[in-house]
Amino acid sequence: MLLVVVEEQAGSLSGGSLEAVSCARELAEGSAEALHAVAFAENTDHAADLAAPLSKYGVAALHLLTGEAMAEYCPELWGRAIAELIEHTDATGLVGPASDRGNELLAHAAARTGQPFASNCVAVEPGEVWTLTRLRGGGILLEDAELSGQVRIVSLAQGAVEPVEAATTHEVAVREFTPTLGESLPHSSLAERTSRGSGITLATAPVVVSGGRGVGSAEGFAALEELAELVGGAVGCSRVATNNGWRPHSDQVGLTGTKIAADLYIACGISGATQHWVGCMGAKTILAINTDPEAPLVSRADYAVIGDVHDVLPAVVERVRARREAAAS
Amino acid sequence: MDVLVCVKRVPAPGGKLLLTEDGLSVDTRHLGFTIGPHEECAVEEAIRIAAEHGGSVTVLSAGPPETEEQLRYALSMGADHGVLAEVGATELDPEATAAALVETIRTLESESKPFDLVLFGNETADAGHYQVGVRVACALGLPIVGGIKGIELVGGQARVQLKRDVSDGVEVYDTPLPAAAAVKEGLNLPRYPSIKGRLRAKKAPLRTLRPTPEPGGLRTVRLRQPPEKEHATVVLGHGAEAAEAVVDVLAEKGLV
Repeated sequence: MLLVVVEEQAGSLSGGSLEAVSCARELAEGSAEALHAVAFAENTDHAADLAAPLSKYGVAALHLLTGEAMAEYCPELWGRAIAELIEHTDATGLVGPASDRGNELLAHAAARTGQPFASNCVAVEPGEVWTLTRLRGGGILLEDAELSGQVRIVSLAQGAVEPVEAATTHEVAVREFTPTLGESLPHSSLAERTSRGSGITLATAPVVVSGGRGVGSAEGFAALEELAELVGGAVGCSRVATNNGWRPHSDQVGLTGTKIAADLYIACGISGATQHWVGCMGAKTILAINTDPEAPLVSRADYAVIGDVHDVLPAVVERVRARREAAAS
Repeated sequence: MDVLVCVKRVPAPGGKLLLTEDGLSVDTRHLGFTIGPHEECAVEEAIRIAAEHGGSVTVLSAGPPETEEQLRYALSMGADHGVLAEVGATELDPEATAAALVETIRTLESESKPFDLVLFGNETADAGHYQVGVRVACALGLPIVGGIKGIELVGGQARVQLKRDVSDGVEVYDTPLPAAAAVKEGLNLPRYPSIKGRLRAKKAPLRTLRPTPEPGGLRTVRLRQPPEKEHATVVLGHGAEAAEAVVDVLAEKGLV
C-alpha cells in the first residue's frame, strides 16, 4: 500500500496535494497496490471535508492522524506520527507535495524510519526500485536516480504533473490513528503565528511585478507597487534588490527566495542570473523590461520591452487606467 | 554557547553548468567553489551568537580534501575551528552524508562536550536534498526546524526561538537547547572577511577525520541539462511607446 500526504488549504486540499495524489495513484496502479491518504487533525470532526475531494482521485482510505499534538504543525511530532503510521500499515511508499512544509515533513518521516527520501521529483516510475527524475539546484540540473528501500519516500515538485481525477469515484474510508509519539521525543513547539494580512502572497499571486538592479532604489519600487496593485498582483524582487536593502528578503524571487508560479511575471530591470531564473521559470508567461536587449532574462522571456523601467511602467499604468475608464463609460 | 555549523563545498553559481562525459557530476575544471548562501548565513549567525553570548564556533564539512578552501573561508569570517570529514571526491547520497556528519560530530563531542546549537543551510545549493540537517538532528536526538530566518536565545540561554516565513506570514518556534536549525538566506547579511581574518585563517590548523558511512537508498544514475523552452522572445517595443502592447498582454491575461 502507498501513502500520500495531503495538505489542507482553506478548508480543501492544496493544489500541490492533488498533484501528489495523482502521481501516487499512477505509482500505486503501476505496482498493483492500494492508495491511502494521510492528513492531520485534532479530531475527526472535519474528516468528511478532506475525504470528499479524495474520492474522485482513486484514494481508498484516509488515515487521519489525530490527537492534541496533531492540531498544530510541529515538524518532529508530525514526522514521528507518519513514521508510526508507516509501521502500523506496512506502507511501501510515501508521496507528498514538495512544498516547504511537505519537504520538511517527509525528511522527518524518512529520518525517523531510516528510509531513503528523494525530494523535488518531477517524474517517478514504479518497480523493484523506483526510477525517478528530480530537480537539483532548484531546476538548474535534472538528476536521474534510483530509489530503493523498504519504504520509498518522494516529494513531488510543484507543477510536475497535472492533477487528474480517477476514472471512477470511490467512497473513502476514514481511519483514525492516534500516534503514541513517545514522551521523551525532543521537539519544538509553535510559539506564535502571525499572518501578513494581505490576501496575496508571492508564491500564489496570479501576477508578480518584480524589480532588480534597473529599478535603482527603494523609492523606485513605488512604480512597481502601483502596477501590482492595479492588476491585483504581488511585488517581488531580485537578489540585488534585497542585498541593497531596497526590499525585504521575503520579497525575493529565486533559488534562495520564493519560487513563484504566477500566470504572468513582469521582470523590471532584472538581468536574470541563474539563481533568479529558477525562481521565476515556473511562471506561465514572462515579460521582461530591460535597457539591455542582450540580458539573459530578455532572451528567455516570452515578451520583452527594451527600455528604462521608469519610462515604461508609468506609461503602462496610465494606459491601463485609460482603458478601464473607456470600458466603464 | 558552542555552535556547530555544517557547510558544503559547491560549484559557484553563475552561468550554465557543464557536465562530465559520464554525466555523473558537474564539470568543475573551470569553476570556482563556494559555500551556499544559506550556509554562509549560518556561519555568520553562529559568529554573532558566540560574540554576543560567549562560546565557540566550529565549522564542519563532509567533502573532498579541497573543502579546506571553504573551511578556511568560514574561519576567515571569524569561526574558531574547522573540521573536515573527508569522504572523497564522489558526492555522497543524503543518508551517507548525514551518517558521515553524525559520526564526526559524535567523535568531536566525545572529546569535549555536546554542542549547544547545530546549524545547517535549509538545502544545499547544488544537490538540494532537503534532508541532511533533519537526519543529523534526529540521530543526535535534537529538535530541528527548517526555513529559519531569525534566531534568538531566550530564558538565560536555555531556549531558542526560531522564526520562519510561511506563505502568508511568520511562524515562531520555541525549543529547549541543545537544538538544531536549518536556516535560509535573509537571516542576516554575511560579512566579508577582513584581511586580518584571512591571514589568521590561512595559518589556522584544520582537523581532518575520515568517517566511513554506508551508502543509502538514493543512487544517482546521471545528471542532465533540463530541456530549454524553445521559443523566440516577442519584442513589444522600445521605451514608453511599448506601453500599449504591454497593456494588450495584460488584457489577454484578463487583468485589464
